[in-house]
Amino acid sequence: MTVMEAAVKNSVRGIAAECGGACSCATCHVYVEEAWREAAGEPEAMEEDMLDFAFDVRPESRLSCQIKVTDELDGLMVQIPEKQF
Amino acid sequence: MSVDVIKTDAVIIGAGPVGLFAVFELGLLDVKAHVIDILDRPGGQCAELYPEKPIYDIPAVPIVTGQQLTDQLMEQIEPFGAEFHFNERVDTIEKIEGGFRLVTDYGTLFECKVVVIAAGGGSFTPKRPPLPAIEDYEDTSVFYSVRKMDAFRDKDVLIVGGGDSALDWTLNLQPVAKSLTLVHRRSEFRAAPASVQKMMDLVDSGNISFKLGQVTTLHGNDGQLTGVTVKSPDGSTFEQPTEVMLPFFGLTMKLGPVANWGLNLEENLVPVDTEKFETSEKGIFAIGDINTYPGKLKLILSGFHEGALMAQAVHRIVFPDKKLIFQYTTSSSSLQKKLGVK
Repeated sequence: MTVMEAAVKNSVRGIAAECGGACSCATCHVYVEEAWREAAGEPEAMEEDMLDFAFDVRPESRLSCQIKVTDELDGLMVQIPEKQF
Repeated sequence: MSVDVIKTDAVIIGAGPVGLFAVFELGLLDVKAHVIDILDRPGGQCAELYPEKPIYDIPAVPIVTGQQLTDQLMEQIEPFGAEFHFNERVDTIEKIEGGFRLVTDYGTLFECKVVVIAAGGGSFTPKRPPLPAIEDYEDTSVFYSVRKMDAFRDKDVLIVGGGDSALDWTLNLQPVAKSLTLVHRRSEFRAAPASVQKMMDLVDSGNISFKLGQVTTLHGNDGQLTGVTVKSPDGSTFEQPTEVMLPFFGLTMKLGPVANWGLNLEENLVPVDTEKFETSEKGIFAIGDINTYPGKLKLILSGFHEGALMAQAVHRIVFPDKKLIFQYTTSSSSLQKKLGVK
């Protein structure tokens, strides 16, 4: 289960996830809250590449389809950008 | 002026897996097809969004990537000699005597007896950066593609992005433009290494400039851009004067012209019956992700099934006097002949 899947399954708005979680569209862009950045981890190379197709990318930017939900992430807070595209 | 018209039995809109397999099902019933797609190659989402991602739910194929599935479908439909028209988008469909007349954004004309819409999530269109008032500058100062390089001659050009499109157009437009600036959010590029090297060489020789950052604001008036504000990775901002901006942020799916074809729509999907997969307009069919009906699942496998049933209905329109006898490819020598089985 990824943050994107959890959001989509629960009808959380603002995450388009056009490609369905293949890390190939950058429409599930989120900003990870400072306190959770370490636990959520850094983007891998492919995700970093794909973030080039997102807007207003910040150091705390991640693609939510690439954040796997673990026990350590219980309580995770992320913000969504004003627009996905 | 006389314009050539392409005449055929069926026009399939969309070269994704479902559009490709429709060529097969129609071909078995002797229906000739032309296929039109906005992308530059077959495969649709499979090729554009997940060429290397495995698909696990194609019957009898435990694992296949989007690209492999596309390649194998192209091989499977090869005997039917469908003609492909890539980089074109069908803009209008008009009812004419005995069928339909279609016009693409490129001006290509088709006349056909039936139309099969296999357009998936719609047409892939360039992403529009969510910058305030960007639409005021589109087609005058902001462009998402280059149709004619000459339009950029002796202009100050700003290209934004780090992928192949951004790099290719940086290299192609540099000799034409008065000045060229590339803006990208980081110093790594996802483009082909050879293009990146050529771009770096142009920066070193002073022929173009490269700036790190992201565009946040557009400046100008009456559709004419004068400059943009760029935010650097350290949070500081600077103004970059330019006459033209070309943002390259990949593609997204939009329903596009399908909405203007006079068909009934339900939440951007085309309702069809489940016997023929025909739309509200007789002779226009819709298969795959673009259609909807009670129980619809957006699966490639469902789209294949829809194509097979659609083909039966199309046969009755294209060959009204011929009786259709249902046959299996395993045993029918006439079907095997069409498939080129020796």
